[in-house]
Amino acid sequence: MGQDILVVAEHLKGEFADVTFELLGKAAELAGATGGSVSVALIGSGMKDKAQELGAAAKVYSVDHTGLADFNPLTHGSALAAVVDHAAPRLTLVANTSMGMDLAASLSVAKDLPLIAYALDVQVDGDAIVATSQLYGGKIYAESASTGASVIVSVLAGVFPADAGRTNGSPAIEDVAAPDGIDDAQVRFQALVEPEGGDVDITQHDILVAVGRGIGSEDNLPLAEELASALGGAVCSSRPIVDSKWLPKTRQVGKSGLKVKPKVYLALGISGAPEHIEGMKDAELIIAVNTDETAPIFEFAHYGSTEDLFDLVPALTEKLK
Amino acid sequence: MNIVVPVKLVPDLVEELEINDDGTDLERDFLSYKINEFCDHAIEEALQIKEAHGASVTVIAIERDETDKVLYTALAKGADRAVKVTGVDEAATTHTAAKAMCTVIAGMDYDVVMTGVQAADDRDGQLGILLAGYLGVPCVSVVSDVSVSGDTLTVHKEYSGGMMARYEVTPKIVLGVQAARQTPRYAPVSRVRQIMKETELEEVLVGDADVDVGSTVRRMYTPEKGEGAEMLEGSSEDVAARIAQLLNEKRS
Repeated sequence: MGQDILVVAEHLKGEFADVTFELLGKAAELAGATGGSVSVALIGSGMKDKAQELGAAAKVYSVDHTGLADFNPLTHGSALAAVVDHAAPRLTLVANTSMGMDLAASLSVAKDLPLIAYALDVQVDGDAIVATSQLYGGKIYAESASTGASVIVSVLAGVFPADAGRTNGSPAIEDVAAPDGIDDAQVRFQALVEPEGGDVDITQHDILVAVGRGIGSEDNLPLAEELASALGGAVCSSRPIVDSKWLPKTRQVGKSGLKVKPKVYLALGISGAPEHIEGMKDAELIIAVNTDETAPIFEFAHYGSTEDLFDLVPALTEKLK
Repeated sequence: MNIVVPVKLVPDLVEELEINDDGTDLERDFLSYKINEFCDHAIEEALQIKEAHGASVTVIAIERDETDKVLYTALAKGADRAVKVTGVDEAATTHTAAKAMCTVIAGMDYDVVMTGVQAADDRDGQLGILLAGYLGVPCVSVVSDVSVSGDTLTVHKEYSGGMMARYEVTPKIVLGVQAARQTPRYAPVSRVRQIMKETELEEVLVGDADVDVGSTVRRMYTPEKGEGAEMLEGSSEDVAARIAQLLNEKRS
């Protein structure tokens, strides 16, 4: 195996995801330590026309095939395995996203390579790759080391600056043959389904009242709605509320929901799982109410209270009217 | 259609998690386990398919303190079969858990494996995707909407921002379930008790699943508290007054 760092490019509808540039920036920093260079695995159809956006890399390994236009865990997985065989990287960086999770774990088994997942940081320490995983809902971090000749790390989106990897250039393009059976796979992409239009666009509101599991039942939602209306804001939520169908998907903040950046984010009964934090950490003022004083949300909030929200919220609404 | 649902038990995150003396793992004495919530969704989605199209649902879990209860509960909810896997270390990695599940499932007559998309202790990857690799079948994960038509399944994989990709898949397949079409059902305690009396769980001993994951935990720790939130103290009234003040300052 070599010393190069391979970044797996993620793209949707012909555009590279921010996380691709986040990984490229980090890869450029680490390449100094491994003495290798940065390369990209670019799997898609026609995407190599956009390779100049990947100027932070010295080389792009392109698997280009019309059947690879849209992400497919099976065929993109085999294509990535082919690139790794070809490129023999020291370290493969994959985004810990919906697409990246599929690629990283399947590559780990297919090529018998170590995988360190949910990484917040990656370092090179002598002959070891060291990565810090965010586990147990963000309550525990684990620093893992691997001296394997080739290691995969899946990195959480949003932990490294994207600007560091956003450089135009002209990386060398090396074509890698697409694997067989792409057009006749057991998993067949059908279509992208756009989110349904909602009643309220939570990304456009300055003030958001967010509810989580702590709200207890659908019957308690009016508490949050009254507060939001007293503030001239809107109600949004963490994932469990949407899974329970108490609020529509368009109100969900977080990794698989929307990213919001309001002036005020009032989090009621939200523990602050990493997937939620990803969607709201850039709010200007975060106030969190949760009876669990160890809830991770308090790490990200500016102000916090462990008062029972059922006492606090009515009192607050009254004061704001 | 035969659906197998391997479920993970994970430490209850509501309880305080302590680190062991080596600083390399959780202190596992007295740790209380519960079903991984995504796996609970996988059970629910499997039962929904069973009710809509007819299917046999087998739930499998590796032995931990609460495994019997989790499996009896699954039976009470409507699963047809429950299997407890023994001989797997409590601190096993997800690769090892996946290998152990593979040993059990490979010998079963299955069409679809449905499991939770991820779990709180997935340091080395996610159970469903790793298991699919060991079984040699494809996997689609982060799936939230599964429908069945003849021998074909249509699944939706979630991306960020509410975008989804629709796939058609042909068994055998593993699905990593993000959310069932409805909130996982509740099994009345009386029903669970009755099942416990009437049923004996199947047990399978898997003694040699250990996978070398190629990495070791050097240090496990509670993240250093940053500045964190300024905690507002006092009565509900006091706190409400302070928050109202903060909000009014920000709004003005």
